[in-house]
Amino acid sequence: MATESPLHEVHRKLGALFTDFAGWNMPVRYSSELAEHKAVREAAGIFDLSHMAEIEVTGKQAADVLDYALVGNLSAVKVGRARYSMLCDATGGILDDLVVYRLEDEKFLVVANAGNAAVVADALAERVAGFDAVVTNRSAEVALIAVQGPRATDIVGAVTDADLPELKYYASVQANVKGPLSEKHSVLLARTGYTGEDGFELYVPAAEAPAVWQILTEAGEPHGLLPAGLACRDTLRLEAGMPLYGNELSVELSPFQAGLGRVVKFEKAGDFVGKAELAKRAETDEARVLVGLKGAGRRAPRHGYQVLNDGAEVGEVTSGALSPTLGYPIAMAYLTPELNEPGTKLSVDIRGKIEPVEVVALPFYKREGIK
Amino acid sequence: MSIPQDLSYTKEHEWLRVADGVALVGITEFAAEALGDIVFVQLPAVGDKVTAGEVCGEIESTKSVSELYAPVTGEVTEVNEATVDAPELINSDPFDKGWLFRVRADDVPELLDAAAYAALIQEG
Repeated sequence: MATESPLHEVHRKLGALFTDFAGWNMPVRYSSELAEHKAVREAAGIFDLSHMAEIEVTGKQAADVLDYALVGNLSAVKVGRARYSMLCDATGGILDDLVVYRLEDEKFLVVANAGNAAVVADALAERVAGFDAVVTNRSAEVALIAVQGPRATDIVGAVTDADLPELKYYASVQANVKGPLSEKHSVLLARTGYTGEDGFELYVPAAEAPAVWQILTEAGEPHGLLPAGLACRDTLRLEAGMPLYGNELSVELSPFQAGLGRVVKFEKAGDFVGKAELAKRAETDEARVLVGLKGAGRRAPRHGYQVLNDGAEVGEVTSGALSPTLGYPIAMAYLTPELNEPGTKLSVDIRGKIEPVEVVALPFYKREGIK
Repeated sequence: MSIPQDLSYTKEHEWLRVADGVALVGITEFAAEALGDIVFVQLPAVGDKVTAGEVCGEIESTKSVSELYAPVTGEVTEVNEATVDAPELINSDPFDKGWLFRVRADDVPELLDAAAYAALIQEG
């Protein structure tokens, strides 16, 4: 039996089509995933991401635990800011990619992918041993609602007391979402997302999620806000060149092989899980690089398809789709490094038909005015 | 969910309108909704011989690739180029403007009527 989001009834009333996602029964789309994708690019979309795992790390040594457990330098993160990081195993393989918020000096929130929730919770519970800190899995108590798109600031700004112009990308603040009369909901409001647009993620007490969704939906109506499902979330993140665990990232790969070696901070003080192996792999793991591919026509290279150079296999597609924004097929693929120059002409075996593709720089899509 | 009474259906979620030995073929609204927004369709060519139950084309949505099965055996006499240029027609009007191809049928296997097809999709 799949877990239901605290917003399940809301989705059902909206006519959502549901899918099983990492043991959660989540909306894949409400109407048309292309219309939802377009709404996020041109106006705004509201997503239920309650399947994501929220794990709290608190205590005197909370920062030290995370420095030891993750590859990043979390003790260097200022209160109110967030950092993209990774959890690796002792061999340097990626167990999950995470966003870590520093809420207080001695309080962090680690947000993990639903599919890796148990792995991350177990690893943190194990790695906290010997530290003066406590790891608490808050996933069941916390709902996550995202509002993403160029109108997100107008929508969220209309119903919160937070100073949004002051809230930087990858920053968070405790805020109130205000409804009619004196209705008020305390949320963690973060300027983060997975769509390539400006936007916010709201960590909300599970029981209050339907009310917060309703307030945001009403505030969003004049701005063209649409409820948006997981189908468009995937095409949005692909256009933005953002990796997805299970596609671009896996335990078979080190952060270096995924082109994300920058998240590994060898310079931080002390040891961390995987450090010795990662130090070696930083030198030796150059077998493949993650690149963007642009196709022609309408048929998209998809996960697992072979990339060819003069008929010889040179890599594998990790994600692909006909880009709703750009109108041509796009894909991410791991290639041998000498072929990563933008403009390189290759081909992909699309179910037996060899289709031409060209290496392009990631991301495929970048919003205007991005800093 | 619309299931026109005057059409025949297959278990692969295609509909047919058979008249004078010629079958007009499309996919059902149920199939189109399950696929999501259709962004690419590959149809057989005019003159191709297709065999009932065998793959004769492909339908892609943003998230998935599905095979298109020939519901009857025979020669393709016409294809709906409009759906190749605008695959969204299959979503917006699956039983009319979103038709896919026409086959001169040598052999029409046993098909489902609307009630039997409704029961099939009810079962899931």
